Amino acid sequence: METIKLVYPVEGGDLIEAGEASSKMKLTLKKLGLPQDVIRRASICMYEGEINMVIHADGGQAEVEVDTDQIIIRMQDTGPGIPDVAQAMQEGFSTAGQTARELGFGAGMGLPNIKRYSDEMSIETELGKGTTVTVRIKIPQ
Amino acid sequence: MTVTQLKDTLGWKVFHMADPDRPVKGGYAGDLLSWVMGRAGQDCAWLTIMSNQNVAAVALMADVACVVLTEGVEPDADLLRRAEEKEVTLLGTGEDTYSAACRLGDCLK
Repeated sequence: METIKLVYPVEGGDLIEAGEASSKMKLTLKKLGLPQDVIRRASICMYEGEINMVIHADGGQAEVEVDTDQIIIRMQDTGPGIPDVAQAMQEGFSTAGQTARELGFGAGMGLPNIKRYSDEMSIETELGKGTTVTVRIKIPQ
Repeated sequence: MTVTQLKDTLGWKVFHMADPDRPVKGGYAGDLLSWVMGRAGQDCAWLTIMSNQNVAAVALMADVACVVLTEGVEPDADLLRRAEEKEVTLLGTGEDTYSAACRLGDCLK
């Protein structure tokens, strides 16, 4: 299979509408006939990334590459960056505001969930420049 | 047990039925959406009192079999619209979350 590349813009600002990019990706992965568990893990990673981009960075972009044996999701924003990545990776740590919390987010589980459901995860971040979270999900052969 | 069998047995109300024959393999109760994403199992029935439209997106991504709004909570109009759009089964019960979870557990034994 040739590598399939998909790009999804993530709108900033409106948390209540968040999830469109993840929904679209999920539909495409389903059409490609990938295993249910792989689709689920990729969708959760993407959705958590999308929520983070909306809460912290006023949106961004997700690039998805699907190969025979793996899915790579690269979520890029030009937000404020993460001052302390180790702290952000801790379950329960959150800098999300009141609105996000009232909607049921801001539990400090976003990045930990991405780590939990991906096979590999990396974070590149620079204060004032932005953050890129890249995840790899293996497709069992 | 399928979503329809559970709904009939427990007398759950239907707000939107997307896949009546989908098997239910467990349950999860929680309202913090990110927590639910991390912990709810695939194909489970998710019990919650959250009724905003993000619930539909979380249900879709976490791939749960159905959402059950407990304590008599009604979905807001946007949640109902999104559940229809995303093909997420949305049910409801007047029971409190604990009682609904106990009865669900008994059914799935």
